[in-house]
Amino acid sequence: MAGSRIVALGHYQPSRVVTNEELSHTIDTNDEWIRDRVGIAERRIADGESVTDMATFAAEKALANAGLTAADIDLVVVATCSAEDRCPSVAAGVAARLGISAPGAFDLNAACSGFSYALATAAHAVQAGASVNALVIGAEKLSDVIDWTDRTTAVLFGDGAGAAVVSTVPDGEPSGIGPVLWGSAPEKGDVLTIAGWRPYIKQEGQSVFRWATTAIAPVARQACEKAGVAPEEIAAFVAHQANTRIIDGIVKRLGIPNAVIAKDLVESGNTSAASIPLALSKLVERREVPSGAPVLLFGFGGGLTYAGQVVRCP
Amino acid sequence: MASREEIVTGLADILNELAGVEQADVTEEKTFTDDLDVDSLSMVEVIMAAEDKFGVKIPDTEMQNLKTVGDAVSYIEANQK
Repeated sequence: MAGSRIVALGHYQPSRVVTNEELSHTIDTNDEWIRDRVGIAERRIADGESVTDMATFAAEKALANAGLTAADIDLVVVATCSAEDRCPSVAAGVAARLGISAPGAFDLNAACSGFSYALATAAHAVQAGASVNALVIGAEKLSDVIDWTDRTTAVLFGDGAGAAVVSTVPDGEPSGIGPVLWGSAPEKGDVLTIAGWRPYIKQEGQSVFRWATTAIAPVARQACEKAGVAPEEIAAFVAHQANTRIIDGIVKRLGIPNAVIAKDLVESGNTSAASIPLALSKLVERREVPSGAPVLLFGFGGGLTYAGQVVRCP
Repeated sequence: MASREEIVTGLADILNELAGVEQADVTEEKTFTDDLDVDSLSMVEVIMAAEDKFGVKIPDTEMQNLKTVGDAVSYIEANQK
């Protein structure tokens, strides 16, 4: 089987910044409360951009950073749970906009875990010879499904997109995407939903917090083991950006003393499937992690689903 | 088996460590949210620490019913092994 790796990333966020202070004008909340409990200072909210727009902009940057063009891409996978349309898929829209001719194209919904599921799916396709260069995108417009009168959820989310180019590894070079560790707790599915016609996000925060802070660290360790990487070797940890207290709770149990811990939610909020590629793309752009260093990605969220893998930093 | 008094003391230690509550403020009639100012996520951490300390299982559904320190003490007292 061929190897696969992330060769480059890109991201896009709407230019409209919504601060905690701005939210406090319309709902009963304040900056201190949100920073204290969630860790978010501001988020970006789409100002006319669709999910497909944001996915396309992120993908364009990833392609440019990879030194590839639309003609090189043969697979587009988009992780999203907030697509405006059920059909055509966001992936088909991105392919059309970028002029990618005849790629495999589909969306994948594993809520906030979506990017790690999509990355694994693309890596498997490359490893099996079904793709040579794949675009893997996490893109969300959660502002469409936020109940802006609900103070328990309206402060949490944001819009954005991140994209990665996943390619075949040339002969003799090591693979850069470790085995995925994925799973779910389907019996807890009703604690985090975007359900019904014209839906809103609803969650039982305490149940989600308890599950995330206890269930994720053991499976994240297994992802390291499967990749043959000791926790001490992990150079960066990019968890789904839901809540700093969840991330801190996982980190405490995980034991990754040498890792840079991504905290992009401070400036981006929770962008669901977009949060991991967005945070990873920024880490790479700021050169906070050396090329080739092992980075642990771990998504978790609605379903309840989880998935993660160790990747080599592009 | 811990006595009610020992459970209150144990909870006071946990509340102090995880939520910065003064031990002396922890008495049975106090509510976690309003009197002791424990936020909803700290409450989860407190409950999980109490499970470890007293060897009980406190499911999410039960956690909602534990409004006061006394409620938690009674639940732990009745369910500890």
